[in-house]
Amino acid sequence: MMPRTPGADLPEHPDWLWHSPDPKPSYDVVIVGGGGHGLATAYYLAVNHGITNVAVLERGWLAGGNMARNTTIIRSNYLWDESAGLYEHALKLWEGLEEELDYPLLFSQRGVLNLAHSLQEVRDGVRRVNANRLNGVDAEWLDPHQVAEICPILNTSDELRYPVLGATWQPRAGIAKHDHVAWAFARALDRMGVDLIQGCEVTGFDRVGDRITGVRTSRGDIAAGKVALAAAGHTSVLADELGLRLPIQSHPLQALVSELLEPVHPTVVMSNSVHVYVSQAHKGELVLGAGIDAHNSYGQRGAFHTIEREMTAAVELFPMFARAHVLRTWGGVVDVTPDASAIMGLTPFEGLYVNCGWGTGGFKSTPGVGWCYAHTIACDEAHPLNAPFSLERFTTGALVDEHGAAGVAH
Amino acid sequence: MMLIPCPWCGPRNETEFHYGGQADVAYPSDPQSISDEDWAHFLFFRDNPKGIFTERWSHAAGCRRWFPVRRDTVTNEIHPDDSARAARTVTR
Repeated sequence: MMPRTPGADLPEHPDWLWHSPDPKPSYDVVIVGGGGHGLATAYYLAVNHGITNVAVLERGWLAGGNMARNTTIIRSNYLWDESAGLYEHALKLWEGLEEELDYPLLFSQRGVLNLAHSLQEVRDGVRRVNANRLNGVDAEWLDPHQVAEICPILNTSDELRYPVLGATWQPRAGIAKHDHVAWAFARALDRMGVDLIQGCEVTGFDRVGDRITGVRTSRGDIAAGKVALAAAGHTSVLADELGLRLPIQSHPLQALVSELLEPVHPTVVMSNSVHVYVSQAHKGELVLGAGIDAHNSYGQRGAFHTIEREMTAAVELFPMFARAHVLRTWGGVVDVTPDASAIMGLTPFEGLYVNCGWGTGGFKSTPGVGWCYAHTIACDEAHPLNAPFSLERFTTGALVDEHGAAGVAH
Repeated sequence: MMLIPCPWCGPRNETEFHYGGQADVAYPSDPQSISDEDWAHFLFFRDNPKGIFTERWSHAAGCRRWFPVRRDTVTNEIHPDDSARAARTVTR
């Protein structure tokens, strides 16, 4: 009998969903950042505006930054009209995305509960439900008994230090498989002739006066008609190359997953007060996150006491989680703005566009960002949905204060 | 978890501290006369370097004093000599 090579009886590795080309000397549009936002932007540049001479540059590997590190929650129950417009547009795109990209995204509209633990949170929650409804966003206010019906494993007894006094409920909210989302966009882009270039770090910009004409990269200079930043936590580092100051601070945001468990958790639960958010992935892991670490960091890791607080909250709300084992923890670098809303639009430099400041909310916005950012790049003006999120709002004072609905302590 | 050198109490666990962001941000000397842009920059814009950052921490669970720290935002390495020297400028 022949010696058996381990793995020899496994099926062939499937074809890659996308190629890994070398950069060409020039493109109509260069997108800096190959995460969800960069990929979605390239997709809608091609589909909505017919622009396919595009390169997406990624310093690491495709969708290996925050896209690979988030907790995959999708919802649109923000307070203000501006946010409702953007996030609800994204949610509507999510609802058709699997079919459009012809790829399983495991998009599961299992709903999200945002818990209230104080009278003020009850009032804020009811206000947000009413604001959501006025904006055509599905929302309900639930009392503790109704919360328990939706999520029976949640401790809704009044014995808790911070008992659950009610919750907002968005039934259309849910989760999707983040890797699949990136792969689906990448496959579609590859078929349309967009270059997805990995291992290509942008180190600077070429400019003529205040016009950006290209990027300098670890793989040589690339000329570009337009350059669009989609680099999340590292946007400040890139903007510093141009002396462009942005009102963002980069912080670690940690998440963790448990071992695989039987299906126990039917929805998504978020709590701002005791501060944890948790859902159960399709495979069975409990996926948990909480707030950012307080200090600035690019280290993609945070302190253990932040995880400890998060798990304390999780175990109090879900006593049955106490015996679950943590499988792994990790951190991403999120860029946080003073009003907990994103920055998307033009810059003082001609041909340079910025999309950043999504803080902890980037994943849910992925298709909506792509749609609006592509419009901004193609038309040289903001789409009506992202016009309120311009850089100028910090000077005019027209802030979009979403600290309450962002769900995470920024 | 960081060990943060309080200039008065010595090195203590990060959990004893409160973070205050960038150090040495001066209030505008003549706030009535500056432009909206400058005012926005004072209120909302801070440095966000990948590398050495001079920031403020308050020893909230100890002496409750504010002091500056020079920390590398990638490695979390703290440069205690610089911090201690700068701390002496804080009013006691």
